[in-house]
Amino acid sequence: MSESMADLVRSHPVAAGLGDDAVALLVGCAKNVAFNADELLISEGASADTFYLLRRGHVAIEVHSPERGALVIETVGPGAVVGWSWLVPPYRWTFDARALEPVGAIAIDGACLRTKALSDPAFGFAMLSKVSVELLERLQATRLRLLDLYGRTDVQ
Amino acid sequence: MVETTDNSAVLALRPGDVVVLSRDGLDALISALREADYDVTGPTVRNAAIVLGPVSSTSDLPVGYRDEQSAGRYRVVKEDDERCFQWAVGPGSWKGEFFPSKQEQWRAVRSGETYTFVEPRFESPSLAIFGARPCEVAAIGVLDKVLSQGTYGDARYVSRRRDLFVVVAECGAPASTCFCTSMGTGPGASDGFDLSLSEISDAGGHRFVVRVGSERGGAILSTVARERASSEDLVARERLLEDAETTMSRRMPSGIAAVLAHSQESPRWSEIAERCLSCANCTLVCPTCFCSDVHDVTDLSGAVIRERTWSSCFDLEHSYLHGGSVRASGGSRYRQWMTHKLSTWWDQFDASGCVGCGRCIAWCPVGIDITEEAALFEQDAQLPEPEASAR
Amino acid sequence: MSSDLRLDVTESDGDGRGALTPILHRVVSRHQETADVTILALEPLSGPRLEVRPGQFNMLTAFGVGEVAISVSSAPRDPGPIQHSVRDVGQVTHALCRSRVGDLIGVRGPFGTDWRVSLDDVNSPILSGGDVVVMAGGIGLAPLRGAVHELVARAREGGGRVFVLIGAREPAQIVFNEDLAAWERDGARVLVSVDRGSPQWRGRVGLVTTLLADAGFDASSAAALICGPEIMMRFSARALVDMGVDPHRILVSLERNMQCGLGWCGHCQLGPFILCRDGPVVPYAGVVSHLLSERER
Repeated sequence: MSESMADLVRSHPVAAGLGDDAVALLVGCAKNVAFNADELLISEGASADTFYLLRRGHVAIEVHSPERGALVIETVGPGAVVGWSWLVPPYRWTFDARALEPVGAIAIDGACLRTKALSDPAFGFAMLSKVSVELLERLQATRLRLLDLYGRTDVQ
Repeated sequence: MVETTDNSAVLALRPGDVVVLSRDGLDALISALREADYDVTGPTVRNAAIVLGPVSSTSDLPVGYRDEQSAGRYRVVKEDDERCFQWAVGPGSWKGEFFPSKQEQWRAVRSGETYTFVEPRFESPSLAIFGARPCEVAAIGVLDKVLSQGTYGDARYVSRRRDLFVVVAECGAPASTCFCTSMGTGPGASDGFDLSLSEISDAGGHRFVVRVGSERGGAILSTVARERASSEDLVARERLLEDAETTMSRRMPSGIAAVLAHSQESPRWSEIAERCLSCANCTLVCPTCFCSDVHDVTDLSGAVIRERTWSSCFDLEHSYLHGGSVRASGGSRYRQWMTHKLSTWWDQFDASGCVGCGRCIAWCPVGIDITEEAALFEQDAQLPEPEASAR
Repeated sequence: MSSDLRLDVTESDGDGRGALTPILHRVVSRHQETADVTILALEPLSGPRLEVRPGQFNMLTAFGVGEVAISVSSAPRDPGPIQHSVRDVGQVTHALCRSRVGDLIGVRGPFGTDWRVSLDDVNSPILSGGDVVVMAGGIGLAPLRGAVHELVARAREGGGRVFVLIGAREPAQIVFNEDLAAWERDGARVLVSVDRGSPQWRGRVGLVTTLLADAGFDASSAAALICGPEIMMRFSARALVDMGVDPHRILVSLERNMQCGLGWCGHCQLGPFILCRDGPVVPYAGVVSHLLSERER
């Protein structure tokens, strides 16, 4: 089981370039999970413990409102890291993450990973660097969307 | 080179021949052009400036006038001088002769269910430009590349331009604003003319050394009383041009095209913009600036008229793109003008857009000098890159 | 005049019509595609239909209002009349969008460069048999529509696979929905992402470049056509190059103020280009990649 788990973790972009020891630490906190369409991977306001490395299927990052229902902020797909709030206090989810279709993912115990990162700063830095790549890409994409590029431009 | 027949001109003059005309001879040449049905247009003094207008004799020319030009300044001064061409260039360039500042393109008249298009007939007078400077003839060559040699030729431009008779007046009186030598367009004329005049006034008297540039130039000149050009005449012409070159103090740096191509982000553009009024004077007096607006107007009968008028890259509207102007700052518009003129014109038309006539310097109300700015850009380009600061 | 001066004149057509004089067309159908985009089908009152290569544009005259450059969105393979998709953004486009069936519109063109997908384009950097990625932002799909039609038909005849990646502001602003479905039926991979979802929207929400990872094309053999706002084109082209697509095989469509289409009026200059003549479609490699990053204001 743990060997195929290692293969699964290795095949995810977040593990690209990580050494065997680091992958083993990651595997120690990981398990293979599946969600049906519409199931929540992450619930806004809940304690941010488990996050996900998506393997297949797409997930909507959303927030709900009484008048407008679920508002999708963005959708992410295979290769994405879903859930970042486990990294920083108060370790609480800010948005919902909902499966748009059947989803396969590797669930990582964030608390477990934090403990390992604290005791092995090199591993901690490697993990943080990996997550930062996605953080940055998603932040940049969000900034560009803020420009409302396809909107009307007749008012200067 | 030296003409060998007598005044009866049994043999027609050929390209390359050189003769000498007196002022009376020059009058006879103007008359001969008019008799050959040319509209002769040349420099004349009006409203304290040397402008273009009909010329029927040498007395219409700016006889005895010289011009004083410097950054932001233009004056004409009358002196006791018999010479006709003792000035540099006036504000009006010849481009308006072939590319009028306002042209009706068509008029669409509603007829029942449809429109009928009426296009004004192209006016194609046989035009002779008399006393154009070599830099101005070069400018016409530049405009030709833009308006007649692209994918589409402007038939109106070509119809006015095609049979143009060019009498060039080599320049013996450059203004302080001139820099044609560094642009390779003057003060002497090398091609692009039917006849080339060089005005001499020395111990040998007041006379015009005339070189023949084309068959028809030779044919017209053959009808005019003339004398053979002596070696003294030829030397006097050489001296005229040498003196003109020597007095020209302004110059355009030779590598300016490459320098400007890499100066897009220079802080100098905003610095220039603090002085530039975006008044568009430089583009209006420039003999090669060709931008035009195409727009429709309607008249009371319901006809739609499409007009083409001169426009300028200094207008905010020039770069309008659904909702805003691409070049909103004055600095970006000055950069567009100067970079186009001296750099990207090469990419677009395989030529410089500047011929060194200096009009943009004299007619800039705040005296921005394109040669001075170019020298600063060149100087910046030669400085070592500033040390990269920690980032 | 001396012989070294060349005066070549090529008129827009042979019957003496001035190059700035339009050919009368009649609106034969109009379709409100989105809240601000109207598709006009135009037939000439007399004479043959204009032959337009995908990516080229026409100058359309709304009589009494003015003239504007509009890309052609029909394909050479389409049997019907020539189509323009007009977005209502200014006076002239507003008048065009409000025109009714039977109204007269002036057409001059076609002008400019194309997407290099025509059969006779032997040196096309696009038609080499590899995958073709088409990225469109907003109304940017209009000038690409004819090219996609051509590419999808080619793919069925053994040409490269086609990937159509579309970004739109919101689901209601996605244009050519019927075409998207047809292209997908015909074997193209069509992915759409919107900036803002809606309660009914079950598709992707995010920047158009986020579709690249899922598309599944072979970057090393791929060519790409991109049209949209300049920011979108610049980030999309960079993302494609980062994935390994050859920048010489990426074409983008640039836009500036166009008033004549003939290279005379000077308004559409962008650096070394006179875009009505040298563009609108230009290779991304080299000077364009720098131009897209330069500040013009």
